[in-house]
Amino acid sequence: MKIKKRIPLIDQGDKLGFWGGKFGGNYVPETLKKPIEDLEILFNKLKNDKKFIAERDKYFKNWVGAPTRFIKLKNLTNHIGGAQIWSKVVSDANGGAHKIYNATVHCLLAKRSGKKFIIGDTGAGYAGKMLSMAAKKFGLKCKIFMGAKDILRQQPNVKAMKKNGAEVIPVYSGSQTLVDAVSECMRFWVANCDTTAMCVGSTVGPAIFVRICGWSTSQISRELKVQLIDEFGSIPKKLKLYNCVGGGSSSFGFWNEFMDYDKKQCEFIGVEAGGPTKSNKHAAPLTYGSKIGILHGAAQYVNQDLDGQIEETESISAGLDYPGISPLHCFLKDTKRARYTAASDEDALSAFKTVTKFEKLRPSLEPCHAFSVAIKEAKKLTKDTIVVVNSCGDAYKDREILKKRLGKKYVEPN
Amino acid sequence: MLNPISLAFKKAKKENRAALLTYTVAGDSSKKQSLDILNSISKNADILELGVPHNTPVADGSQIQTSAYRAIKNGIRMNDIFKIVKDFKKSNKNKPIILMGYFNMIFQYGENKFLNKCNSSGVNGLIVVDLPWPENKDFAKKCKKKSIYFIQLLSPTTTIKRLKKIIRDSHPMNYFISMLSTTGGKLKVSPKDILKNYTKIKKIDPKKDIVIGFGITEKTIGKLKSADGLVVGSAICKEISKSLRHRQNPVTNVSRLVKKLKNKIL
Repeated sequence: MKIKKRIPLIDQGDKLGFWGGKFGGNYVPETLKKPIEDLEILFNKLKNDKKFIAERDKYFKNWVGAPTRFIKLKNLTNHIGGAQIWSKVVSDANGGAHKIYNATVHCLLAKRSGKKFIIGDTGAGYAGKMLSMAAKKFGLKCKIFMGAKDILRQQPNVKAMKKNGAEVIPVYSGSQTLVDAVSECMRFWVANCDTTAMCVGSTVGPAIFVRICGWSTSQISRELKVQLIDEFGSIPKKLKLYNCVGGGSSSFGFWNEFMDYDKKQCEFIGVEAGGPTKSNKHAAPLTYGSKIGILHGAAQYVNQDLDGQIEETESISAGLDYPGISPLHCFLKDTKRARYTAASDEDALSAFKTVTKFEKLRPSLEPCHAFSVAIKEAKKLTKDTIVVVNSCGDAYKDREILKKRLGKKYVEPN
Repeated sequence: MLNPISLAFKKAKKENRAALLTYTVAGDSSKKQSLDILNSISKNADILELGVPHNTPVADGSQIQTSAYRAIKNGIRMNDIFKIVKDFKKSNKNKPIILMGYFNMIFQYGENKFLNKCNSSGVNGLIVVDLPWPENKDFAKKCKKKSIYFIQLLSPTTTIKRLKKIIRDSHPMNYFISMLSTTGGKLKVSPKDILKNYTKIKKIDPKKDIVIGFGITEKTIGKLKSADGLVVGSAICKEISKSLRHRQNPVTNVSRLVKKLKNKIL
């Protein structure tokens, strides 16, 4: 299994949509074969269409707000006393997280295909919030499927979706979290694929959705590459890119443009959600050696029992609370291009305390997982190492959890 | 020897009627009860589909989901399902059984081991909801070697070009999904239009038996009776849920329902 150079990773799947011959694919009901094929044809054409790219870039620049900041965390660097710690503040993007890129592209595609409705899944609520924003912007009617448990713990995003005119559909089956929301969303698409476009909220699902999402979030690394060259004159000799990994959309987008660099120069570190310290449940299939299985149309490493029933996960961050992982990350793990590890709920909370103590940055609990590992590792690294953490979400949505776990003083008054 | 599935179609044709296929979830609401249900409905049903419950189903509506979650909660495992089939076959040697489920369960069991177990317990056919053509080519070939029918699903969204390719590669039985829906949806297409699609598919290779499923209930089954076979699933799962809610015996209630269904297509 090998990564090819000079070919985008999203285009390195085989005819049937498998990366490395075994990750991804299209394990879908027959009914979805045709709409998926239609979407493939449309996307393959448009991704090389200059006009379409110009349209995407226009919306990314003027509406999403590109580029997002790339800042040095000076106080944190001084406090830690090792590598230089920087952050790509993707939460600057309109709506407060990276999910806006995929949502925008899916709405542009839906418009092109003449669909009037768009549906999507959401865990932390960001994918849903952004899809509702983009749907409103592009005049599409929108339904968001969200686990009932997530609706309770991510209220600010639920309110935002409703304000944007989206219908939020609570999902009561199974664990009532992201995994069930994705299933329900796919089921709805099975029944309505003639009139409705589907947006899968991360680099998961049937191969075409993995590709569209990866293509969209790659905006993050395109910007970062320019910003690094502006700042350092060239890509630094020792660069380490830390990102949290749930489904894997922000991390893939954060790394994509650096794929062809040697990993000794440009290392990728993915941080999964280890869950509560005392719990056996986790959302870290790559770190804890889960077996390959099929979830939501794709073969991937996934938490499951011996029979193949998908296991429930537990994490403080709804956005990482997913038993599977993008086929792209399975491929990056098995080719050893990226390194994966996990941080616990407690690690993430502690990182939140540290980052907010030293910096004017309030990363949500998802990127706090990445900060936790970055801070620990930066201590042991030399001053000429550039550590960059993708702060891909804002903590506003986590205020209730932060209040409960850390106390009122960690929640801003707005 | 001909696969009992084909024999069942032959028998129904001889009696000038559609074959009745039922779907129940293995282990719903318990291992014993699901075996009792199979034994009891086998008098009136021609072919029995037994669902392998999965907890992230992407094509099942609420009725079948409820049954599946109930079975999983009550501890059903893959080997229990084979045991149910084996026990059933002890007293119903020639009644065909089809397992229907999602590919991950087969993938985890191991394709070859799974098929060997199907053979030794008496499974005659397989429907794998999320293993479409052409992805299913290799597995379908393995099934053929073991004399197990791999049943292809066909949908209203399947293009005519694709239909022809699928049917060319298919085994003697195929399954037409009546409409764009998860299982158990309300029939949103008229039976006339469903039959029009069915006829179009049937013409491609008239020798192959084609059943219609999804959204078929006591109310609608009669209007579709010119098909080779008709599948009722969600309506039966619903009956089990209702019986449990009212503290009635699901076995007698489901048997009564299946008898009624049979009468509608005679």
